[in-house]
Amino acid sequence: MTAPTDLLLATEQAPDALAPVAASGVFVLIAVMILVPLVSSALLVLGDGPRFDLADKRGHLLGTAASLASFVIGVVLFVTLLGRDAGDRSIEQNLFAWIHVGGFQVDMTFLYDPLSALFVLLITGVGTLIHVYSIGYMEHDPRRRRFFGFLNLFIAAMLTLVLAGDYLVLFLGWEGVGLASYLLIGFWQHKQSAAVAAKKAFVVNRVGDVGLALAIMLMFAQLGTTSFVGVAEGIEQVSSGTATALGLLLLLGACGKSAQVPLQSWLLDAMEGPTPVSALIHAATMVTAGVYLVVRSNFIYEGTEAARTAVVVVGLVTLIAGAWIGCAKDDIKKALAGSTMSQIGYMMLAAGLGPAGYAYAIFHLITHGFFKANMFLGAGSVMHGMDDEVDMRRYGGLARLMPLTFGTFAMGYLAIIGFPGFSGFFSKDRIIEAAFAENVFVGIAAALGAGVTAFYMTRLMIMTFLSSRRWKENAHPHESPAVMTAPLVVLAVASVLGGFLVLGGWISDWLTPVTGYETHELAVPAWVFSVGITVLVAIGVAVAWATYGRRDVPSTAPEKVSFVTRAGRRDLYGDAVNEAVLMRPGDQATRGLAVFDRIGVDGAVRAVTGGIGATSSLLRRAQTGFVRSYSLTIFGGALIVLVAVLAVNLA
Amino acid sequence: MIHPLLVSASAPPPIDSPTIQYGDLSPLLVVAAVALLGVMVEAFAPRALRFTIQTALAIGGIVVALAATVWVGLGLDRASGDVLARGRVVAEGAVAVDGPSVFMWGLVLLFALVSMLLFAERRLEGGLSAFTGQAAAPPGSAMEREAVEHRIEHTEVFPLAMFALVGMMLFPAANDLLTMFVALEVLSLPLYLLCGLARRRRLLSQESAMKYFLLGAFSSAFFAYGIALVYGFAGGFGLGDIDQAVSNRIDGQNLLLAGIALMAVGVMFKVGAVPFHAWTPDVYQGAPTAVTAFMAAGTKVAAFGAMLRLFFVAFGGASWDWRPMFWVVAILTMVVGAVAAVTQSDVKRMLAYSSIAHAGFILVGVTGAFVGTRDASVTSVSSVLFYLTVYGFSTIGAFAIVTIVRDASGETTQLSRWAGLGRESPLVAGAFALFMLAFAGIPLTSGFIGKWAVFSAAWSGGAWPLVVVAVLASVVAASFYVRVIVTMFFTEPTGEGPSVAVPSMATTAVIVVAVVVTVLLGVVPGPVLDLAQSAGAFVR
Repeated sequence: MTAPTDLLLATEQAPDALAPVAASGVFVLIAVMILVPLVSSALLVLGDGPRFDLADKRGHLLGTAASLASFVIGVVLFVTLLGRDAGDRSIEQNLFAWIHVGGFQVDMTFLYDPLSALFVLLITGVGTLIHVYSIGYMEHDPRRRRFFGFLNLFIAAMLTLVLAGDYLVLFLGWEGVGLASYLLIGFWQHKQSAAVAAKKAFVVNRVGDVGLALAIMLMFAQLGTTSFVGVAEGIEQVSSGTATALGLLLLLGACGKSAQVPLQSWLLDAMEGPTPVSALIHAATMVTAGVYLVVRSNFIYEGTEAARTAVVVVGLVTLIAGAWIGCAKDDIKKALAGSTMSQIGYMMLAAGLGPAGYAYAIFHLITHGFFKANMFLGAGSVMHGMDDEVDMRRYGGLARLMPLTFGTFAMGYLAIIGFPGFSGFFSKDRIIEAAFAENVFVGIAAALGAGVTAFYMTRLMIMTFLSSRRWKENAHPHESPAVMTAPLVVLAVASVLGGFLVLGGWISDWLTPVTGYETHELAVPAWVFSVGITVLVAIGVAVAWATYGRRDVPSTAPEKVSFVTRAGRRDLYGDAVNEAVLMRPGDQATRGLAVFDRIGVDGAVRAVTGGIGATSSLLRRAQTGFVRSYSLTIFGGALIVLVAVLAVNLA
Repeated sequence: MIHPLLVSASAPPPIDSPTIQYGDLSPLLVVAAVALLGVMVEAFAPRALRFTIQTALAIGGIVVALAATVWVGLGLDRASGDVLARGRVVAEGAVAVDGPSVFMWGLVLLFALVSMLLFAERRLEGGLSAFTGQAAAPPGSAMEREAVEHRIEHTEVFPLAMFALVGMMLFPAANDLLTMFVALEVLSLPLYLLCGLARRRRLLSQESAMKYFLLGAFSSAFFAYGIALVYGFAGGFGLGDIDQAVSNRIDGQNLLLAGIALMAVGVMFKVGAVPFHAWTPDVYQGAPTAVTAFMAAGTKVAAFGAMLRLFFVAFGGASWDWRPMFWVVAILTMVVGAVAAVTQSDVKRMLAYSSIAHAGFILVGVTGAFVGTRDASVTSVSSVLFYLTVYGFSTIGAFAIVTIVRDASGETTQLSRWAGLGRESPLVAGAFALFMLAFAGIPLTSGFIGKWAVFSAAWSGGAWPLVVVAVLASVVAASFYVRVIVTMFFTEPTGEGPSVAVPSMATTAVIVVAVVVTVLLGVVPGPVLDLAQSAGAFVR
């Protein structure tokens, strides 16, 4: 921990003081952190065939060890970073010139600073726990080795993303996690639904990726560089219009990766993947990459009020939409996925608030990473015990049969609804406070969201663990093996204690060198908000109890429900909108183009080739084989040449 | 020198003996000497040894001449003038030894070297060369059979080729019109003869020789008449004198213009430009394939070299008069060559039309008449030199492959019989496909860089519409090149598929060299492009 005087100094430091020092000493391990899981991944994925029996039997251990190795390095680097002054906690490792064309140079640069340090710990820490969990969860899967190979690939790509010192290197990681996500969602590709979901995730992400790609191109066009340092320095010189465009394009990228409205539709379908994947990629880490991107690009958003407002709006809309969907879903993973959307909406909202919110966006991101991974793994544990049943209406009364799962899940539950003292309480409160300081209406909406969160999470708890047993026949619920419950316990502890990062303002001080920090004066003391939000949460819990706890839960979903529920069940008609606005016109356009191609283009091409062929046959006929006609041709040619030369002169 | 005072009244007037710079002319002289030696060998060496001696003599002579060429090239001095030029005029003004000359000498010598390897191929015909054993014997006669039985061979093909090589080297270096005419004939006559010497399909071969001779003589007449008219206008044969006269002209225009036109007919016949191209398909098809390869590569270099020198040096001052005519001929050549090739069913004829189309592309570079600017951009001369290099090697390689795709009756040149060659011999078909791609100008092959060079020179010279036509013609041309690839790789053979005979090291070496050059000049064209660039302009 740094001394208080240092903290004071750090608070006053300008946010754009990105002056990284070259990596030395233990920091040369930055690249190793990425390399280890990458090599392991290559071994596990490519080491296929009968000669790799050992890989099939022990591959999962290699994968877990690789992730653990990265985590250990991450901890060592983090501790070393803690020991440094706030001013030089930004370390740059330049491996080689990746692209060097004319005046354009992109280095394979990694930037290790307070922001990426936190991410590294989250990714490798939660990642390692999920690796351990997967050993049990995927035990009977014949392709477990491959699964671990993909998980390692994801870890390597995600680390590349958060450690990149250049937008293009970030893009490399960005696409890498997209690929890993695609491979893992569709891991059970024999299921039609999984294959389709993977494709959908890939296609929707492509839209966002185009945004990010265009942003990078725009940086290159306007600033001639794509490195964080270079862009941060140059951004002050560009017009505000360019800054706004950059901000909006980056937001588009963030929307795709983080499943924010309007590119949210893929996340719910992505739950087709194995549950550890949902926990790691689609809850704790990858989907938060959008938030990371916005926070990392704070120097761009600094200059553009419009883009920041857009971020706030996107965050707010997603927050509400996700909560809405979470209320209506009966599939436990989809309910959690809706919740993930909603919580990332909170983070986006915070990130849109500027320096007042960046630190809390990251804070919530980390606590969310803990409790959501915890709950997803808990859900996986429940499914594991219930023969892969996902319908909560077929659960009930599992608390006694799965005490460890229930206990750890409860910690996550209390954390997410913001029960005082649990991590979510601290992180969500700060965001709502900051939102109130920005705009009263935004604050009210965010606070209401907290109430709805309490409602749907209580509903989930009641339907799964409490209430009457509505199991299918042949169901024999049982607790999961220790290899699965141990990570649950660790994550449960983290869910409880994660909130202490904020004590003494540590998290905001820690991130100040990267993001800057400022507080707004609130009209009323902070405790008033805490009490108010807690009351809202209590109301949410009470409503849920009244609806689901006191009455029997039907084992099939009721048909006659309000429009609100119906809309929630259908993901707020996101797919319908996509189909109507994009897919069908796209299909029509494709069909039209195909017809045009067949008749217009092919017709023209055929006509031309036909014409050439006919001319060719004609020319062939001139080749009679008689010297006399050849001579005549030459004579005629000589005349033409003569006339051509003389005519020019006469004219 | 004799002191004037010592000359008595009755003594004849003093005549300065001409000074010949033997060193500068050594490559030419070496080749000429080897050709004469070859004639001696025919007269004195025992029959059994002749083939070996002639082959060794020809190849050795060419290697020595190449070494001499390099030596001459390294010793070239920079000529005075505002554009970069190296070298000087030697042999009393008859020959210009300058950068382009030396480059083309080296080029035709290299082409001749690989062609001689094709000439020396004896494995494909069961130990006999691809040339007829007894040219005087009527096809199908008892005499012919006897010659085959006694394994008689015409080893004169080597000295004949060397004589042709002398002409090829002298033609682009000739600095006066008479030397140029002599060189043209020295180049042509042995080739006429060589064309008629095929071992197989002798009637077709003799017919092609006859046609080539008659039409060649016809076009030479135009050339000679053109020389006469230009002499009438300029009062001299030297290209420098003509340049002076053209630049300072005030009257007698029509004499000059008619002369230019008629001389153009002569050289355009040699390069195979439309409408003087009619001989090309028939001769290419009928001639022994090794001769076709030699002729297609070597004659093109020589004729384009002479064309460049004639029109850039002698008629450079009248470029506004002849450029429109070149526009017309270039467009006609590209379009007719490319379009007519589309429906060809014989590989050799297809390659002949392809050579016509390529002549058109080179004419585009010539028509640009771009002499370059300060910032070393590609000039017309250097781009044409580069194009000739890449075209020549690919052409020789393609014809070398034609010699090894065979059936019982010899070479199978029917395109339809090439179906399935990709499966029969992937390497050979792959090499041929590479040459086709190079002809089509696909990137990463030498053909692409060649096309880029001539087009960019023409563009810099202001002939951009010509470049547009050229690109369109390239598209048409690409279609028939790709068709060959489709036939070889993606068409089921009808009946018994083609077979690839195993040639001797000589032909294999030719194909390998051609493949390597084609790829190398496509990937790293820099050194050769720089060499062509540093050859500079013509001296005058």
